Amino acid sequence: MERAISGLGAAAGVAVGAAWPIHPLSAVARTAGSPGNERTALTDAIQAAAAAINALAAAQAGEAAEMLGFQVAMLEDEALAEGAFAAIAAGMPAHQAWAAALDAEIAGYLAADDPHFRARSSDLADIRDRVLRHLFGLGAVAIRSGDVIVAEDLQPSQFLAVDWSKGGGVALGAGSPTSHVATLARARSVPMVVGLGPSWTTLSGIVAVDGDAGRVIIAPSAATLAETEQRSAARKTATRQAEHRRLEPAVTRDGTRIAVSINVSGVEDIAGFAAESCDGIGLARTEFLAGDALDDEERQFGLYRALVRWADGRPVTIRTLDAGGDKPIPGYTVEDESNPFLGLRGIRLSLRHPDRFGVQLRALARAAADGPVRIMLPMVTRQDEIDAAGRLLDQATAELQAAGLAHARPPLGIMVEVPALAFAIGDIRADFLSIGSNDLTQYAAAAARDNPAVSAYADTLHPGVLGLIAHVARHGSAGGRSVSLCGDAGADPRSIPALLRAGLRSLSVPPGLVAATKEAIRAVDLSEERGHEP
Amino acid sequence: MKPESEAMTLDLKASVRLTNEVGLHARPSVKLTQSAKRFRARVEVATAADGPWVDAKSPVKIMRVKALKGETLHFRASGTDASQALDALVDLVQRKFGEE
Repeated sequence: MERAISGLGAAAGVAVGAAWPIHPLSAVARTAGSPGNERTALTDAIQAAAAAINALAAAQAGEAAEMLGFQVAMLEDEALAEGAFAAIAAGMPAHQAWAAALDAEIAGYLAADDPHFRARSSDLADIRDRVLRHLFGLGAVAIRSGDVIVAEDLQPSQFLAVDWSKGGGVALGAGSPTSHVATLARARSVPMVVGLGPSWTTLSGIVAVDGDAGRVIIAPSAATLAETEQRSAARKTATRQAEHRRLEPAVTRDGTRIAVSINVSGVEDIAGFAAESCDGIGLARTEFLAGDALDDEERQFGLYRALVRWADGRPVTIRTLDAGGDKPIPGYTVEDESNPFLGLRGIRLSLRHPDRFGVQLRALARAAADGPVRIMLPMVTRQDEIDAAGRLLDQATAELQAAGLAHARPPLGIMVEVPALAFAIGDIRADFLSIGSNDLTQYAAAAARDNPAVSAYADTLHPGVLGLIAHVARHGSAGGRSVSLCGDAGADPRSIPALLRAGLRSLSVPPGLVAATKEAIRAVDLSEERGHEP
Repeated sequence: MKPESEAMTLDLKASVRLTNEVGLHARPSVKLTQSAKRFRARVEVATAADGPWVDAKSPVKIMRVKALKGETLHFRASGTDASQALDALVDLVQRKFGEE
């Protein structure tokens, strides 16, 4: 019997597939056997986890494969479980013994002075949880292509571990349309519904994720499946038509040219994407790009230069490390902040780590020797932060000069995300501005991005938020300064007319949404009175 | 540095400075243990000439050492192919684990 659960659409489109539940480890229990049985159970779980990681590693290349190789090497080393087996012999259940042994190992890593060792604690936590999943009979998180992941919540790393090229979808009990994992889902055109509430646990068998309507259908009828198939086909046709015109510039009906650049999280996002179809990179995130290379100037330089070379003369806007908030970096961000979105994140954190910030600035200035790099500071609140970053950039270029390394001093711009900064934008000295509409919206509307209960409040189309954007577009562009927008609203066909009317002429969107964004822009007529949109 | 024989314990010893940027962390540790495992000799590693020594074939134990750039790694080995094992490990460290 068909039934539906309502949530919030987080990524458009429909997907039909077998529900693949990922249960949180905190919600399961197991009954322990004799020490002998427990010993066997742990041995089997470790072997199964190592085999699963090996299989995963075989499908990956480069760095991802090497990090998985590290996990396998650790799991295959008997020294890792020594403590656990000793505790089992003394009568402790296998899952408790394993968790305690790994927690002790993790504590040792977290106590290290060196950030490389501290950062590896996340690998150890991953190893711990993988083995626990096997002990609890949950199996590995190895989703088959085309399956629908159903879970309470999903980590970006878990999402990225799945091969989405053959379809599939995501249905989450918690989560929010503006969460990081939702952004990733939209970028890869993976239909996603979030905020289903506790009833997500009832999802099983064949389910249909309807990201347009924001609901999940359980045991869909033949009629529903046919309708879903039809919509899926219609979407493919529309996508094909938009793709056909992807290389053409985005011009509104009244002839206003709108720049459309792309948001990227790593070099894999631009692989196979033609630079000719966009106006450069409007936002390169460096949390994933440089997260485990915080102190590695050469590696960062190589990655930034790859973006510059790909862009072939188009501007490449690279955001300095925006850690904190919903993007923690073990060993770098502050743990246990009571409200991380209002805490030490972005530029606030970078200025407290001037040595590491210097590494990134040097790598960026070196990449700027190859093409037009623009440096963008996240989470700026005050002028003195921009000035301090400018002085560190001067210092970085002086060091490069002294070392005889090729470099250029890139323009230094800012993200406009903090409402107080947005109001004061006319007095702020920065080389360019980019509105981070996700954070600006959550701060202006006082509605957390990661809380599904208040998702409806976090609306960029709220007149107050639109007013802030219009204020920034008008007062920020004095003297010809460029003002762009790089949040989710920029790629949302419902928001695009309002954003252009607010005065924006530059949007930065995920690569997968460039074609659809351009089509949405072409439908807008800025010479008409507002409200005449179809 | 050349391995030198030590008459008292029949252990062969060698030492080499760790010059790669990230020290003996994840990938270097795995490469070191993979190299050590190719030999039958018992091989141990330490960051001081008098230990404490840990099994150079155990990535878990090597990661616990947390050896950083600039530290000197001391190796000791015993067994039929101990000399070849030390040559291979010293070479691997000197080549910065082939990473840079």
